[in-house]
Amino acid sequence: MATLNVVQAVRQALDEELSADEKVILLGQDVGLKGGVFKATEGLQSKHGSRRVIDTPLAESAIIGVAIGASLAGYRPIAEIQFADFIWPAMDQIVSEAARMRYRSHGAWGCPLVIRTPYGAGIHGGLYHSQSIEATFAHVPGLKVVAPSTPRDARGLLRASIQDPDPVLFLEHKRTYRSIKEEVPDDDQAIPLGKAAVRRRGESLSVITYGMMVHESLKAAEEVSGEGIDVEVLDLRTLSPLDKAAILDTVRRTHKVVIVHEDSLTGGLGGEIAGIIVQEAFDLLDGPIVRVAAPDAPATPFNSALEELYLPNAEKIARAIRDLARY
Amino acid sequence: MIITPNPALASDPAIKGSGLSAETLRALYRRMLLSRAVDVRAWTLSRQGRAHFVITSRGHEATQIASAFALQRGRDYFLPYYRSLALALGVGMTAEEVLLSIFARVGDPSSGGRQLPMHFSHRDLRIVSGSSVVSTQIPHAVGLALAARLSGEDVVAVAYFGEGGSSKGDFHEGLNFAAVHKLPAIFICENNGYAISVPQSKQMVISDVARRAEGYGMCGVTIDGGDPLAVYNAVRAARSRAVAGDGPTLIEAKVYRFTAHSSDDDDRVYRSREEVATAQANDPIPLFAQRLKALGILSEDEEQALQAEVTAEVDDAVSTADAHPHPGIDDLLTHVYAEEEAVAWQR
Repeated sequence: MATLNVVQAVRQALDEELSADEKVILLGQDVGLKGGVFKATEGLQSKHGSRRVIDTPLAESAIIGVAIGASLAGYRPIAEIQFADFIWPAMDQIVSEAARMRYRSHGAWGCPLVIRTPYGAGIHGGLYHSQSIEATFAHVPGLKVVAPSTPRDARGLLRASIQDPDPVLFLEHKRTYRSIKEEVPDDDQAIPLGKAAVRRRGESLSVITYGMMVHESLKAAEEVSGEGIDVEVLDLRTLSPLDKAAILDTVRRTHKVVIVHEDSLTGGLGGEIAGIIVQEAFDLLDGPIVRVAAPDAPATPFNSALEELYLPNAEKIARAIRDLARY
Repeated sequence: MIITPNPALASDPAIKGSGLSAETLRALYRRMLLSRAVDVRAWTLSRQGRAHFVITSRGHEATQIASAFALQRGRDYFLPYYRSLALALGVGMTAEEVLLSIFARVGDPSSGGRQLPMHFSHRDLRIVSGSSVVSTQIPHAVGLALAARLSGEDVVAVAYFGEGGSSKGDFHEGLNFAAVHKLPAIFICENNGYAISVPQSKQMVISDVARRAEGYGMCGVTIDGGDPLAVYNAVRAARSRAVAGDGPTLIEAKVYRFTAHSSDDDDRVYRSREEVATAQANDPIPLFAQRLKALGILSEDEEQALQAEVTAEVDDAVSTADAHPHPGIDDLLTHVYAEEEAVAWQR
C-alpha cells in the first residue's frame, strides 16, 4: 500500500491500463517527453514507447478528432487536454462526434475514449487556467462526465473510464493534484461509474457536491459539528449520468439539502440536482434547496483577493449550512 | 482474379496504366450508372413528397466510384461527407440500403433512420458514420490511419470533403497531424467550385486546393475528377505511398455539381443556366461510355442493357425499402450509451 496524491494516482491508473491493454494509447500536447505540465504522464513514454504515448501538434480539435478515429478502429485512446479552459476548440468533436457516434450509427460504431483534463480554480490560474466546464458537458447525452475528489477514486474511476465503451470526460481538479493524499491499496480495482459515495454520515442536513468542494464541504461539516449540526456529505463522483438513487437516498435521510459546486451558479449542476429532488422527493423536503456556487462571472480573476471572493470555501458553505439548519 | 489481356486497352494510356480489366471497367461504369439512377430517383421522390430531404452527388460520380475502386474495399476506411452517394454505392452499399436512408426506415444501415439521408455508415464496409458538420471526419480519418500504423495492418483511411470544407480548422489540424506523423491517410477534396452558393473565389485566394499540401509537407495533386481513370491512377498511387510509409496525400478532384446543393436549395440564385449546361455537356458518365465504346469494351446494346438493369434495380429498391416499417418509440432511446441503463430512468 502506498500513500498517493491525486496526480500520482492518475499516473498509476494510466500506467496500469497501458500495461494491461495494448490498445490503450495516450495522446496530447506535452504528454510524452515532458510527461505533461502537471507530470500526470511522467515516465509513461519511456516505459510504453513513443508509438503509444504520443506528443501531438498543439491542436485540441485534432487531438480529440484523432482519438475518435483511433477509437473507431478498436483502440482505447486517452486524450489529454492540457487545461480544461482549452477544451472549447474541441467542443465540436466531443459533442457532435464522440457523444453522438453510437446514437447516430444506431449502435454500429462507438467511441471508447477518455478525455482527461485538469479543471478548477484555487491555484492562481486566472481566467484561462481555472475554469469549471462540467455543466456544459454534463448536458450532452452520449457523453459521461467523471470528477473524482480523492486519490483512490482518481485511480479507480480512471481505470473504469478507460475500460468504458463510451466517451468519458475525466475531470481532474488541479487543486486536489498534490494537496489530497491517502493510502491506496495496491489491489484496488476499477470503481464503477455512475455511483456516488457518502463521505460523511449525518442526520441534520445533506451537502451534495463533487471534486475539490468535497474537501471544503467536509471542513465545513467539521466546523458546524460542534454546534449540533450533523452533516452528511455526498460526493457525486460521476456527474453524468447522475446517481439519482444516491441523491434521493440522502434526501430521504436528512430532508434538507445544500448543493455545492465551484462552477458558476446559473445553469450549473446544482439546478439539475435540485430539479431531480423537487420532482421526485418534494414531500420529503423540510426546507428550501440551497445552492452554494461561484457567482456568474466568466471565471475566477487572477488577483488573489478576488479569487478568494469568487470561490466557494468551507466558510461560505458553513454559513449556508447554519442558515438552512435553522430553517 | 485472372485478367484477360485486351489489346484495345493499350490505345488508352491511362487505362493501360491502371491495369484494369475490361470486366472491371464495365463494373465501374455500371456503378456510375446505378448511382445516377438512384440520384435521379431521389430527386423524383423529393418532388413527389415521398422524401423529406435529398442531397446527391450528380456530376461527382467518376471521382467517388473510381476512388473506391482504387482502394481496398472492406479493408480501407472510407469517411464520406453528405455528397457521397456515389461513393457509398462504389464501396458496395446497395440501392436498397440507400433508399432505406432516404425513407428513414427500420433496417437503414447508416443510422436506423436517425440521420438525414445520405449520411452513410456501414460497419462491414468500413464506411464510417459522419455528422453534418463540415470536415469533422478529417481528423477521424487521421485517427484511423494512426490505428493502422499502430496495428501494422495494410490499411489506409480516406476522407472525402468539398473545397468549402478545406476552409475549416479540422482540415488544417487533420492534414498537419497526418503529415507530422506520416500516417497512411488520403484526403480527397471534390472541388465543385461552390459551397452551396459561395464560389471558390470567396473561399480561398488560390485556384487549386492541392497547393496547400506543400504547406503541410505532403504530396498534393490536382486531377480531372470527371475522368475515372485519372482518379483511379491518382488514388492508387496515393495508396501505395501511404502503405509504404511515405505519408498522406491530398488529392483535389475538379468536378461540377449538376444539381442544386440539396432539395432545399435553388441554385438559379447563384449560378447561370448556361454555366450548368456547359458543365453538363461534359457529363462524366456518357464521356466514360464513349471511351469504353471506342475501346470496344462496351457496345450500344450492352449500354442499354446496363441502363435497363440499374433502372429495375432502383425500382425494386424503392418498393422494398418503402415496405420497411418506421422505427417505433422503443427505438428512441437505444444506443445513447452501450449500456442502456444509463438512460433507462428517462423512459
